[in-house]
Amino acid sequence: MIPLDIHELTPLVEALIFAADGPIKVERMAEALDLEQAEICAAIEALEADYEEHPRGFFMQEVSGGYQLRTRPEYADYLRKLGQSRPFKFSRPALESLSIIAYRQPVTRSEIEYLRGVDSGSVVKTLLEKRLIRILGKKDVPGKPMIYGTTKEFLELFGLSDLASLPTLREFSDLVPEEESGEFMASMPLLVEEVDEE
Amino acid sequence: MDNYAIQLKNFEGPLDLLLHLIKKNEMDVYDIPMAEITRQYLTILDAMKSLNLDMAGEFLLMAATLLHIKSKMLLPKIVEDELEEEEDDPRAELVRRLLEYQKYKEVSLTLESKPQLGRDLFARVSAEPEVLENAEAGFVSVGLFDLVEALKEVMKESSEPLVHQVDMEQLSVTDRINAILSQLQGQESIAFSDLFTGGLKRSEVIVTFLALLELVKLRMVRIMQNVRYGSIWVFPAVAIEESEELDLGDDSLGYS
Repeated sequence: MIPLDIHELTPLVEALIFAADGPIKVERMAEALDLEQAEICAAIEALEADYEEHPRGFFMQEVSGGYQLRTRPEYADYLRKLGQSRPFKFSRPALESLSIIAYRQPVTRSEIEYLRGVDSGSVVKTLLEKRLIRILGKKDVPGKPMIYGTTKEFLELFGLSDLASLPTLREFSDLVPEEESGEFMASMPLLVEEVDEE
Repeated sequence: MDNYAIQLKNFEGPLDLLLHLIKKNEMDVYDIPMAEITRQYLTILDAMKSLNLDMAGEFLLMAATLLHIKSKMLLPKIVEDELEEEEDDPRAELVRRLLEYQKYKEVSLTLESKPQLGRDLFARVSAEPEVLENAEAGFVSVGLFDLVEALKEVMKESSEPLVHQVDMEQLSVTDRINAILSQLQGQESIAFSDLFTGGLKRSEVIVTFLALLELVKLRMVRIMQNVRYGSIWVFPAVAIEESEELDLGDDSLGYS
């Protein structure tokens, strides 16, 4: 193939990202174009700079290990009017359980229930059906309970590039006043602890 | 009673309710006055009796825990070692659970506030069909959940009226294994649903499904799922010889 310089490569990479079915990985683009990954990365950087300089209705988001073009959040109200998709409205139990699974995976249902203090069977089922979590296998303890983890659809839904970019789990040594919610979203390694079971 | 009902709707569980009570009363989480919190908790529980009984089960368990802790604290302590006293606080585990629960409750709100695909951000929805013929490229290993879903679909179709007649049926997993193998012969792949055609009975569906699982275990077939359409396909893992008849007894599979 004819060697491409960065000015030719950038729109080509843009085309690939545009046409891809979901987030597309750098490796995949490099393979398709028979180029080094570094060249693709350079083109992505050039694209990002271009979007910054000349804003479009969409932006490029690094999600689930790949790149995807998504509309800008400030246009959400208008786009919702198109009514193409019905967003999944989270209930609080679903959101709590999903958070526990995301941060503590692999995790069993009884571990989720111990942490929440309530039965979580139907919530886990809903999350499975929505493909936000999946069965990773069975835990090697008596009863062989299923263990759950999050899926790539989960990362795509929340625009996360990987699990390490989940919002930081705040450690509390005291209670926070009611109605306050955590606001920071710095990336931090996953907090992994052993679950104490009764 | 009415204001309780409105208030109670917001609690996800006993931990949530306890957190709320502690905060509302500005109690020190490390020195929870058990008598007071138990009293308040039980008052709310009383009000809940008229509400959702299903929920109340877990709330009752917590009530028992609270009472247990309270009674433990009333008993005189045998102090052998001053240092151990804090460890022995019967409230310690409850406090740890409350703080732990708070952690996930908080982070779930943060997660919720992130821009969500389909709610705040929208991606291009791919329009396809032309690429359909070229579908071979997009296969991934099928997950357990999808496989069970597919079985559920097949089972739905094979539901039969309830008749009480006891027949002895000879269903053999081995026979089905061989049948599937011959169906696969000379084929590149067959659709999962094609294994279940011909108005199979429920028991036949189950035996066929078991046969399929055995074949996977024996690494004779692979079950893959189309990335885009979610349909499940069965591929022979190795070229199946014309004459090959599997020398398997049902005994060896454990279905005798």
